[in-house]
Amino acid sequence: MKYEVQENCLTIYLPGDLDHHNSEEIKREADRLIERGHVRYVIFDFSETEFCDSSGIGVIMGRYKKICMFGGEVWAAHANERIKKILKMSGATKIMQIYEED
Amino acid sequence: MREIINGMTNEMKLEFDSRSANEAFARVTVASFMTQLNPTLEEVSDVKTAVSEAVTNAIIHGYENHVNKIQIFAGIEGKTLRLEITDRGVGIPDVKQAMEPLFTTKPELERSGMGFSFMEAFMDEVIVESEPGKGTTVRMKKVIGKGRELWTTQSL
Repeated sequence: MKYEVQENCLTIYLPGDLDHHNSEEIKREADRLIERGHVRYVIFDFSETEFCDSSGIGVIMGRYKKICMFGGEVWAAHANERIKKILKMSGATKIMQIYEED
Repeated sequence: MREIINGMTNEMKLEFDSRSANEAFARVTVASFMTQLNPTLEEVSDVKTAVSEAVTNAIIHGYENHVNKIQIFAGIEGKTLRLEITDRGVGIPDVKQAMEPLFTTKPELERSGMGFSFMEAFMDEVIVESEPGKGTTVRMKKVIGKGRELWTTQSL
């Protein structure tokens, strides 16, 4: 896992499996970085991610709650079809933008 | 009990500690077991997600993060995959409420409350049996290969 803060934007390079086991550390580390800096945008980079369950959705929703009151936004990047399906089904796409490359 | 006319039966049982590191082990093991049904990648993903949800529930809610045993039974009957995920944890007082979308007893953990919704979305049948103080069993079924080769499985 890798975290990158550039100005007001935090990018989280998610692991292969975004499940309950892996989500605890991501929550901790992301919140530490959000609280330290002036993070307004959180980008979840799914390049490496093959698996995501409702715990992963919890990670996204939780970070959104933290930054939305300051006008923040959460984004998904490089999500494969399966991940997009999970994001849509869970309703996460109502609060999150999906970055589509063409 | 079993009446299988056109197909085989096969079963497996798995018992492991309720540690979060075993979530991946559990879903990958079930995924591997179901490959004999020649599933699509989508069907494998569906089952992996459902298993992950049930096992995560057992760890977080059933055992409240204490280490104890989780059992998985998996059976194949014809084209149907049958799963039972059991914990001997605290149980669920109100199963109907627990299965409502977005319901969670642990909002402080930022659970999305989508666990049962995902199980129901990805499996054909989800039945939860639970007794407070005794534990919980989630029974799920999924017919594998539905969209494909219907002509070989349907008698006209």
